[in-house]
Amino acid sequence: MQTSWSGRDRQMTTSSQAVGAQSELRKPAPAHILRPALGLIVPVGLAVAWEIIVTLGFSTGRLVPPPSVILSTFANLAATGELQRHAAVTLMRVAAGFALGVVSGTLVGAMTGYSQLTHRLIDPTLQGLRAIPSIAWVPLFILWFGIFEKSKIILIAVGVFFPVYLGVMGAVLSVDRKIVEVGRVFRLSGPAMVRRILLPAVMPAYIISLRAGIGLGWMFVVAAEFMGASEGLGFLLIDGQQLGKPAQIVAAIVAFALLGKLTDWIIASAARPLLRWEDTFARR
Amino acid sequence: MLVLDRVSKTYPNGVRALEDVSLEVAPGELLVVIGGSGTGKSSLLRAASGLDTPTQGRVLLDGMTITAPHERIGIIFQEPRLLPWLRVADNVGFGLEGRPKAERDKRVAFIIERVGLADKAGVWPRELSGGQAQRVAIARALVTRPSVLLLDEPFSALDAFTRAELQDHLLDLWDEARPILVLVTHDIEEALVLSSRIAVMRSPPGRIAGIIDVPLPRPRDRMSAAFDEQKRRVLRLLDSTFNRQPRKAPLHDFQI
Repeated sequence: MQTSWSGRDRQMTTSSQAVGAQSELRKPAPAHILRPALGLIVPVGLAVAWEIIVTLGFSTGRLVPPPSVILSTFANLAATGELQRHAAVTLMRVAAGFALGVVSGTLVGAMTGYSQLTHRLIDPTLQGLRAIPSIAWVPLFILWFGIFEKSKIILIAVGVFFPVYLGVMGAVLSVDRKIVEVGRVFRLSGPAMVRRILLPAVMPAYIISLRAGIGLGWMFVVAAEFMGASEGLGFLLIDGQQLGKPAQIVAAIVAFALLGKLTDWIIASAARPLLRWEDTFARR
Repeated sequence: MLVLDRVSKTYPNGVRALEDVSLEVAPGELLVVIGGSGTGKSSLLRAASGLDTPTQGRVLLDGMTITAPHERIGIIFQEPRLLPWLRVADNVGFGLEGRPKAERDKRVAFIIERVGLADKAGVWPRELSGGQAQRVAIARALVTRPSVLLLDEPFSALDAFTRAELQDHLLDLWDEARPILVLVTHDIEEALVLSSRIAVMRSPPGRIAGIIDVPLPRPRDRMSAAFDEQKRRVLRLLDSTFNRQPRKAPLHDFQI
């Protein structure tokens, strides 16, 4: 970057001439290493600072455990297999709820986007339901579906449903009429129109709604596990609170963060080959 | 033979885009439809393509009534309308799905070569210039070997150089198979370079004000005196179609 400006700098002042000449010689560090590293400065800096403060005895670190304690708690939980067991249970709940929410959100969203009649018929109801904070359903879901897996998975599915529904409906509604006309010119049948025009056209928005959906799935699994669970990362949180083990809470939070990031990454990278054609701002 | 038989089109908002338009275009003929904005040029083309259904009258292709897009009719719009998720070759072959892959590949490769984009077959539409994208659109319409080619202001979004280049190119392509070709434009020079006949439209309601034969030999020389003379003919006819309102007050009456 800098080298391309150096020519102009040279004409302006002698001091910038020196800078320009220097930067021509220096090999710039690769941007793909430097840029993520920049984001690490603040969190790592804070962690190191806290570790030092606790080590030097300025704080006991009892309520806010230092990184070393969290790490050893995390390692202990992992070594006994506790962490894996709880994480697996939570992951299964998210997966089941996500699948249910995505399938229903996609189908209903596609219908309301495609057919104006369906839209007028059911979108107002769904928008009304959407306005209800989904956690408010918890007591009712427990009455209806019991306190075990069913109510939890349904709660997660409700959380996932709405972003997917809105994303799919909005995407279908905003498909360019001119592109659809190309399908008409080539006499595509209904299913072919969906497969060859509508589906690819909504794909970018759909992926975003899936990523929003998985985020809400993780949010709702915590709520679901708060409402009474004997297993799962949410249980570890409650357990840590009741037994006064803040390190366990933070360890569970870290596990949530890792799993959440991982699932989001899986969706994003699975989608990347489908979206290579995009001509967008992000492609600069 | 493409026939528009007393076609009228009134849109739901009440606009009478076409009224009683009759037209015959013979095979091997290149008809250019010209007129100002809103004179019904595009409506005429959309009715002829089967994309819009006339309110009255019929469109006939070799005696059969056209009520929906037909495989023998190729359409090219003002915008290339390429599918951004398909590479150039797949865009071109879009209308060939269902045919054997070998045949498809062969025809796509041939037509891409013919529009001069052999080196672009594997790229995404976003990587094309405006002129290249429109060439791909032309290739996509030609690959199914239509007997009618309809073009709705295909070059109006391009710069003057690219436009002239594509006009010549279109003539070459047309000359190979000599389909019935109807092209809509508001560019008189374009009309004269391409057409064997020019239909001038006027509105409201949209109708054909007159049809001019263009007796110029091909290839046409845009600089020749004969070309200029034909241009004046078209201009005179166009001029007669304008509905001029008498100016209410001369401009110099306004005080600043």
